[in-house]
Amino acid sequence: MAHAYTPGLKVIPKTVVHKTRRLPLKGKVIVEVGAKVKAEDVVATTNLPGNVVPVNLANMLNIEASEIPELLIKKLGETVEKEDIIAETPGLFGLFKTKAIAPATGTLEAVSSITGQAIIREAPVPVSVHAYINGKVTGIIEDEGVEISTAASFIQGIFGIGGERRGEIKILTKETTTPITEDMISDDCKGKVLVGGSFLSYKAFMKAQRLGAIGIVVGGFNYSDIKKIVGYDIGVAITGQEDVKTTLIITEGFGEVHMADQTLKLLSSHEGKVASINGATQIRAGVIRPEIIIPLDGDTKLKEEKAELFGMEPGTEVRVIRAPYFGMLGEVTDLPHELQRLESGSLARVAKVKLYETKKEVLLPRANLEMIEKK
Amino acid sequence: MKPEAIKSILATDCGSTTTKAILIEKQGDEYRLVVRGEAPTTVEAPFEDVTKGVLNATKEVEELCGRQILDGNEIITPQKGDKGVDIYISTSSAGGGLQMVVSGIVKAMSAESAERAALGAGAIVMDVLASNDGRLPHEKIQRIRHLRPDMILLSGGTDSGNIKGVVEMSELLKAASPKPRLGISYKLPVIYAGNQKANAAIENNLSTETDLSIVENLRPVLERENLGPARDKIHDLFMEHVMAQAPGYKKLMDMSDAPIMPTPGAVGEIMQVIAKKEDITVLGVDIGGATTDIFSVFKDLEKGDPVFNRTVSANLGMSYSISNVLASATLPNILRWVPFEIDEIDLRNRIGNKMIRPTTIPQSLEELKIEQAIAREALRLSFIQHKEFAVGLKGVQKERTISDAFDQSSSGETLVNMMDLDILVGSGGVLSHAPRRHQSARMVIDSFLPEGITQIAVDSIFMMPQLGVLASVHEQAATEVFNKDCLLRLGTCVAPVGPIKAGKEYMRIRFTLPDGKMIDKAYTLGEMELFEAPYEAMEAEIIPARGVDVGAGPGQVVKTNIYGGLVGVIIDARGRRPFALPQDPVERVSKLQEWSKTINEFEDK
Repeated sequence: MAHAYTPGLKVIPKTVVHKTRRLPLKGKVIVEVGAKVKAEDVVATTNLPGNVVPVNLANMLNIEASEIPELLIKKLGETVEKEDIIAETPGLFGLFKTKAIAPATGTLEAVSSITGQAIIREAPVPVSVHAYINGKVTGIIEDEGVEISTAASFIQGIFGIGGERRGEIKILTKETTTPITEDMISDDCKGKVLVGGSFLSYKAFMKAQRLGAIGIVVGGFNYSDIKKIVGYDIGVAITGQEDVKTTLIITEGFGEVHMADQTLKLLSSHEGKVASINGATQIRAGVIRPEIIIPLDGDTKLKEEKAELFGMEPGTEVRVIRAPYFGMLGEVTDLPHELQRLESGSLARVAKVKLYETKKEVLLPRANLEMIEKK
Repeated sequence: MKPEAIKSILATDCGSTTTKAILIEKQGDEYRLVVRGEAPTTVEAPFEDVTKGVLNATKEVEELCGRQILDGNEIITPQKGDKGVDIYISTSSAGGGLQMVVSGIVKAMSAESAERAALGAGAIVMDVLASNDGRLPHEKIQRIRHLRPDMILLSGGTDSGNIKGVVEMSELLKAASPKPRLGISYKLPVIYAGNQKANAAIENNLSTETDLSIVENLRPVLERENLGPARDKIHDLFMEHVMAQAPGYKKLMDMSDAPIMPTPGAVGEIMQVIAKKEDITVLGVDIGGATTDIFSVFKDLEKGDPVFNRTVSANLGMSYSISNVLASATLPNILRWVPFEIDEIDLRNRIGNKMIRPTTIPQSLEELKIEQAIAREALRLSFIQHKEFAVGLKGVQKERTISDAFDQSSSGETLVNMMDLDILVGSGGVLSHAPRRHQSARMVIDSFLPEGITQIAVDSIFMMPQLGVLASVHEQAATEVFNKDCLLRLGTCVAPVGPIKAGKEYMRIRFTLPDGKMIDKAYTLGEMELFEAPYEAMEAEIIPARGVDVGAGPGQVVKTNIYGGLVGVIIDARGRRPFALPQDPVERVSKLQEWSKTINEFEDK
């Protein structure tokens, strides 16, 4: 491929993070450009249209739908309380009237003389959007939301569950190769983002959740344990809405995989600082990776740094992202132009990589390599 | 430009991950594929312009064919000297394809017809709503609000019938006030293709809230479907609304000399052209990263007319949705195709890792075998869905005669009859790019279980989408390239159907290979064999055991021509209805290895 570009996961000590905070529907933006905001501040609000309660008046009154308009007690657009009479039949000499009672409080939005159906719309549901990160408002999307920017350390994971959370970073393992075990998790983990090496067992996750940890960042986790946590199979990697108290971010992949050195180093350098984390993952068009954002203190200037798109070349540091060398790091030593036959029999574009761990040079499909992005 | 004047064609398919370009040129009297190039699709940040991927793929085509096609960021059309091409066309499934919600009154009738229209147009159907689908009105409203489709197709009622049901559905739709998936500033396109007596009421309900289009009823009478107008409208709106919202598509539409088609719609188009031209029944599959599409053209049960059906299994694919294959098929069903022992947790982790890093490829033979085991299950499950959907019209009264009295057939019966199938065509990465064609043949045979005598083929480099859109502007070029460069004939599968006791003769076959070697061989249950032979007609006599069918009825001898191909003639005497693998793991692994060896799947004998 002439313009192949395989981006890796970002692990950046210092960058400018821009976050778009958008309402689900048009509404009101309540901050101005230049305003400094805290993560928990509300930046925009709106009202979602209320729930709709359909009620078939023709069936309730046992009449033809075309007769409904004459029998309405409430007018279109009028407010109705639960148990109010919406329509009634004239009955016989004013007696034996049949009544249609409102099943909910709201506004009478529509009545159909074809189907006899009435629509009651309940009160609007207020929705607000928080800033999520400490920073500065750098843009307004009229009636829809804002862009917030901050100087921060920024780390992407490969897969996560659970939504946006904030907490202090607590490092559980010094080595990237050490798994997080149950005994490392204690009462002082409450409210913290726990960080550890190569693996997290299901039991350790459940203990952390029970003790009130708000997040865990770890190299590897068993895929089958995800089902045990959320109660169903995650068949397609679209997550973020799971009902979990502890957001889980896996940085490398499923199974026991060492966390990348630079990831643990960077997180360790921020131990005790507050991080905004989000496990939301979407591996489809418009890929979203789980993230850890640690806003930097002091007067760090907001300076734009455009990510440069570069291809793989000799000297590029890479991580192997598929068996048989899954998780190993190395350096590209050559990029043969010709297609090469793999052990599987497929012809593929390959790279010659010197693996740090084994100190051996191996030929690997370029598709199975991820560049380590550094700034 | 008149079709006969077209000498060169550039066609692209903008997939969700890769944009593929092919160059077709007239060589002498016929159209042939010249080269193929590809580049990553650029719908997403940082590029957010689909045409960049198109230009990159075209640049690769330029490099490979050694002549100029681009002038800066423009495709040169028409061809001048040896620069440029006469026409440029494209299909697209980038940005997740076309996502629709359809509705009807009766689930098994108008709602099913609406679903067929949407699928035929190349859409992914997110949900099918019907008056009798068991959900309460407020649940339907919640569902519509939640889904955010690209488009809604509303149908229901025959033209002389009651309008109440369909008007009620439009009221629910209005109350839900659905928002489109892409962009919140434009109105959601809604197509009404139901009882024409309700047009005014529908217009009254929906014309201000949505972008409403009214077309002919897709089921004007119970006995007939009229899917064309709804399908065409879906294509138009796909171009006008959905595509126009995706980054760079306005530019792409300007560049293209024919309307951009949704990729699966285009594949369906080429399947139908081929079935019609050769008067054959076709079953085609396209297994991708996120979805598996199945297309079929079988004969109508009553009149014998060809009927086209397409289904899309939205979450059965080999990368993005590979974990869903595991969840739907269950681990034991995947393990039954793995020809070695493997730890369950390890297998689950490997599948999870493919889901989160979907562009990786198997490097070791072991990984390849695991992926091919998963592919068999994805194909099998998609085919089950297809058989359930590809049925005759339901709710149609059938006149019965005395001779029908014992016939159990009824309306709504599946049209998929594997014994009648002429050709099975596989396409998509795992089938088109398998290291050996023998593996592709095995995968489609294991998952579709063809019966009797069936030709097997694969799309050589996955170019059916481009040929589909080409068929709409130049049918001759599309069919010539399809036959000569796209369709790779792998051979013929001969599979007897019916019960037989183990060890007894199941079937005997006699034929002469093109090199003169005579074959006269009997098979027992559980055997497979491959005869290497080129794609040439060979007169064959197939003698099934009593009660066993190879195409002419139980116990009937079949004399016909069979064809070899890149793989050859495959005898599959493993049994059908039911087809079963050994239960004992050791015996199963040994059988799988034996069949692989016989069919020459992994290395030359």
